[in-house]
Amino acid sequence: MFTFSNTHLLVQEFEYVEAKSVNETTALLARNGDRVKLLAGGTDLLVQMKIERQNPLVLVNIGKIAGLKKITQNGGVNIGATATIRAVETNPRVRELYTALAEACRSFSTIQVMVMGTLGGNICNASPAADTAPALLVFDAEVTLVSQSGERRLPLEKFFLGPGKLALRADQMLSSIRLPNPVPNTGSAFLKIARVEADIAKVCAAVRIVREGDTVRDCRIALGSVAPIPMRARQAEASLLGLKFTPDLADEAAVLASEEIKPITDVRSTREYRQQVARVLVRDALNLAVARASRGLA
Amino acid sequence: MNKKTIHLKLNGEPREWSVFPNELLLNVIREQEMLTGAKYGCGIGECGACSVIVNDQVALSCLTLAIAVEGAEITTVEGLVKADGELDPVQAAFLDYTAYQCGYCTPAMIVVARTLLDENPQPTEMQVREYMRGNLCRCTGYASIVRAVLAAAEKEKHLAH
Repeated sequence: MFTFSNTHLLVQEFEYVEAKSVNETTALLARNGDRVKLLAGGTDLLVQMKIERQNPLVLVNIGKIAGLKKITQNGGVNIGATATIRAVETNPRVRELYTALAEACRSFSTIQVMVMGTLGGNICNASPAADTAPALLVFDAEVTLVSQSGERRLPLEKFFLGPGKLALRADQMLSSIRLPNPVPNTGSAFLKIARVEADIAKVCAAVRIVREGDTVRDCRIALGSVAPIPMRARQAEASLLGLKFTPDLADEAAVLASEEIKPITDVRSTREYRQQVARVLVRDALNLAVARASRGLA
Repeated sequence: MNKKTIHLKLNGEPREWSVFPNELLLNVIREQEMLTGAKYGCGIGECGACSVIVNDQVALSCLTLAIAVEGAEITTVEGLVKADGELDPVQAAFLDYTAYQCGYCTPAMIVVARTLLDENPQPTEMQVREYMRGNLCRCTGYASIVRAVLAAAEKEKHLAH
């Protein structure tokens, strides 16, 4: 993969534009479409340009649009597309109410990449292994897509189409990610296994549970790096609903989740290993989320 | 592709650079400014050897476009030395604890340790290891590096009093 490339230099030539607003950005997209790439943190895009997987003619830096970095409360939390992974992780509201997301951000690569990389970038890179994706999926995240013809909201689940493929037109950009307010007695957790901590996940899993006493009132289970897109394990979710939570029930749901996923063997892990580890991660995340829900934590 | 003139501060000094859009911050710092502390290691954000401080935050200079740092304040390992030549406590601790072997990763280790102590002046050993997990030492001299960072924190605690 790297045999033909020199990562010391960026050899390709492009025009560089620093966008001052979302409107200016979408106007550029409308004119130039797929010849444009939006630059936020650069930790994925510049690597892909160095290894010549991306060859944009125009690079539009959206990292300096102040409004696009904001994390605001509005009956939940609205995270601007260029809010950095570190900004999300250290946000008090995210830490308090969206524990799984804070944990996904904390486990994210390295301090350098957390400080430079953005939540929108992690999503728009459309990697099946994106750490933040399962955490966002369990909170029923919605993405806001903007173009010159207006705004559109889409459940995050419908945004992922395949590795590197998104439900995003060439004239659209992602402007924010919205998470609804969690109901009381919600608990969540994110777990990941990788070769070393700074590495990309072999498997990652996020869980959110709403308790009513000992009963599971609502549940989300999502996994990364186990299918062409970050995915929800719907059968495993359904197997828990309305039942009294026990460690045995969590075991059974985890087995279902490990059968629902479609992992492949690649450079980071094997299909068989991913299946086994997915079961353990889902089981542990379920137990952790339930314990947190009982303490009134998200 | 046209060159653009940008203004910034490098190690406290005002600078004017004329750069092409595809020039990387690391290469401008090393080849134009002749500051060779920051190193090219992997070029893809995995080794941390190119780390510098941009606006008080650690950044990978091999994945930063020079043209994008207009108006920024950049500090490299060279800039941590005080005007009178006194070393930063982190730099001094790396010497005291011989926290280097080949030395290639050292400037970035020092830069990242500096941002860590600015954010968290008294980290635990685990916090040091976690924060610095993005800086690889291929000589695997991590134990002495961690000792040096903790010693620098300890020294700064006494200096503050």
